[in-house]
Amino acid sequence: MTQALPRPSSELLAPHHRPDARGRFGIFGGQYVPETLMSALGELETAFHHYQSDPQFQSELAAHLRDFVGRPNPLYFAERLSQHYGTAEIYLKREDLNHTGAHKINNALGQVLLALRMGKKRIIAETGAGQHGVATATVCARFGLDCVIYMGKHDMERQALNVFRMRLLGATVAEVSAGTGTLKDATSEAIRDWVTNVETTHYILGSVAGPHPYPMIVREFHGVIGRETRWQCQEKWGGLPDLLLACVGGGSNAMGLFHEFVGDTQVRLVGVEAAGRGIATGQHAATLTQGSVGVLHGAMSYLLQDDDGQVIEPHSVSAGLDYPGVGPEHSYLKDIGRAEYYSVTDAEALAAFQRLSRLEGIIPALETAHAIAYLETLCPQLPQGYRVVINCSGRGDKDVNTAIAHLNLF
Amino acid sequence: MASSSISETLEHLRSRGASALIPFLVAGDPSLEVTAAALRALDQHGADVIELGIPYADPLADGPVIQAAATRALQRGTKLTAILEMLRSVTPELRSPIVLFSYYNPMLHLGIDLFLRQIRDAGVRGLVVPDLPLEEAMTVLGPARALGIEVILLVAPTSPATRCAAIAAQSEGFIYLVSTTGVTGVRQQVAKGVKTMLDTLRTLTDKPIAVGFGISQPEHARQVVDWGADAVIVGSAMVRRLAEPQGLDAVVSLCQSLKRAMRQELA
Repeated sequence: MTQALPRPSSELLAPHHRPDARGRFGIFGGQYVPETLMSALGELETAFHHYQSDPQFQSELAAHLRDFVGRPNPLYFAERLSQHYGTAEIYLKREDLNHTGAHKINNALGQVLLALRMGKKRIIAETGAGQHGVATATVCARFGLDCVIYMGKHDMERQALNVFRMRLLGATVAEVSAGTGTLKDATSEAIRDWVTNVETTHYILGSVAGPHPYPMIVREFHGVIGRETRWQCQEKWGGLPDLLLACVGGGSNAMGLFHEFVGDTQVRLVGVEAAGRGIATGQHAATLTQGSVGVLHGAMSYLLQDDDGQVIEPHSVSAGLDYPGVGPEHSYLKDIGRAEYYSVTDAEALAAFQRLSRLEGIIPALETAHAIAYLETLCPQLPQGYRVVINCSGRGDKDVNTAIAHLNLF
Repeated sequence: MASSSISETLEHLRSRGASALIPFLVAGDPSLEVTAAALRALDQHGADVIELGIPYADPLADGPVIQAAATRALQRGTKLTAILEMLRSVTPELRSPIVLFSYYNPMLHLGIDLFLRQIRDAGVRGLVVPDLPLEEAMTVLGPARALGIEVILLVAPTSPATRCAAIAAQSEGFIYLVSTTGVTGVRQQVAKGVKTMLDTLRTLTDKPIAVGFGISQPEHARQVVDWGADAVIVGSAMVRRLAEPQGLDAVVSLCQSLKRAMRQELA
């Protein structure tokens, strides 16, 4: 089940296919949005390409990543976790140590710098776990921009701490009660806001999802995760990692880690989705492993949908993974056999949440705990000395209320 | 009574110096039986074309009224097959051609060719896909054309003129001019920019132009007709009324007053 896949041809992995000129990763991606947004997407793509090669923009971004976000963050050898399994050497890329406590700030910062240059004074974003909302509210506070965060009603309840943080930072948190009141519904409402206010507003989409150019832009701003990992591996053992492991909801932290290594086909790329209450219950968010090709929030990708092509409401204990879609590049990497995707249940993630806390003194986000949980399956199959790098994408302070409800610790 | 195509209907009206009223309903709200009755009633009381929305779980282009109607319809278990079955029995009685409004995913999931064949067999003459801009529409335009279904494309206030020209060249039946940046829904007045957009579009195309989004009152309809629109689309105002008690009477009354306003001689 977890054997490495045969290597896809280098042509399929070439950067000009990820995405191509039409915003496609193979059949995936594209721009399935109302006509009103097409001009704004075009302007965003032009601005992104322009500033990507602008030394002044890049040096400003680098300075903020260093002084405001706190990069580079460590590549940490998880010694006791490694001993626990007794096979692989497990390393954690400590995105949880970034300012605001997750990887999300890399993208929020990059996009807000773009928005400033595009002359947009108002920022909107969607959020599930609240980490992207907090990151967006943070950069808006830092640069003095109006900020509205769309968040599902259910997520506002289970991530109350992050709701307070966003408000403290000066953002308006707009409650979305449509559907199940989770990330899908919040994203739809953010897109509706953008359709209405597109001339004054920039939408900081928080995952490698949505219409082109978002999957590419978000990946590039998170690409710093993989670039640091490469030199840190070089520094620590003078080589590449053997396997990269990350949780996948929309897929931004996984893409940020994987992207740098997509061309290094000897490096296994493994994404872990949320199996919720179990795949068989139908209450899960395992889009890549259980979904079929569809269109959601502007992109073609794998999607959880019913026989009539209606989007199915997902379930995960982790608000950040509770999403029925997934970034189009992940669908592509899966289909061409470059990356592998598996799933773990709520219960397995909660167990890993405790395991990492007790073995390493690191409380991971419940999203991140899904990646940690997959070590249970993975490690017994790995040889001694095999080097695994996990994206420790966020810290778990925000999840203690959920954990208290599920874990019987006292 | 078999309907004409969308373009024939609009061209015919235009040749008489008249404009078209296009009411919009969400299929299955409050029930498919009421939808069928409303189609017949609208057809008899002033509608020239009728746009029927397939309820979708994630309607990105729609405001609260149509979202809520779609949610109610889906909660009642409204399925595409049942909608098409209803249409198959109703469309032969209608003078007004039917335009189906569907988000892309249900079409993609069924398979574009199968979807198009099924809606054609149900008597549908036109198709609007709100999340399928020109660049993505090629997968639908060709196959629909082959089956005699007119695919109507949208232009928005944010569409530059060169893009409007390209959209107008591909759009069939009419060009759907979105009156304002935003989602569907009732608004107090028609955006002033509509006149400019109509003037610009008119220099780019001879095809009929319909204005929609935010048109709810007879004065709005009159206004856009005075500005040169060939047709007026009224959605949320219809959908909201149909969901109320005595909804059928209410939509007929709205339809009649809209049509009356549109028929008045220019002052």
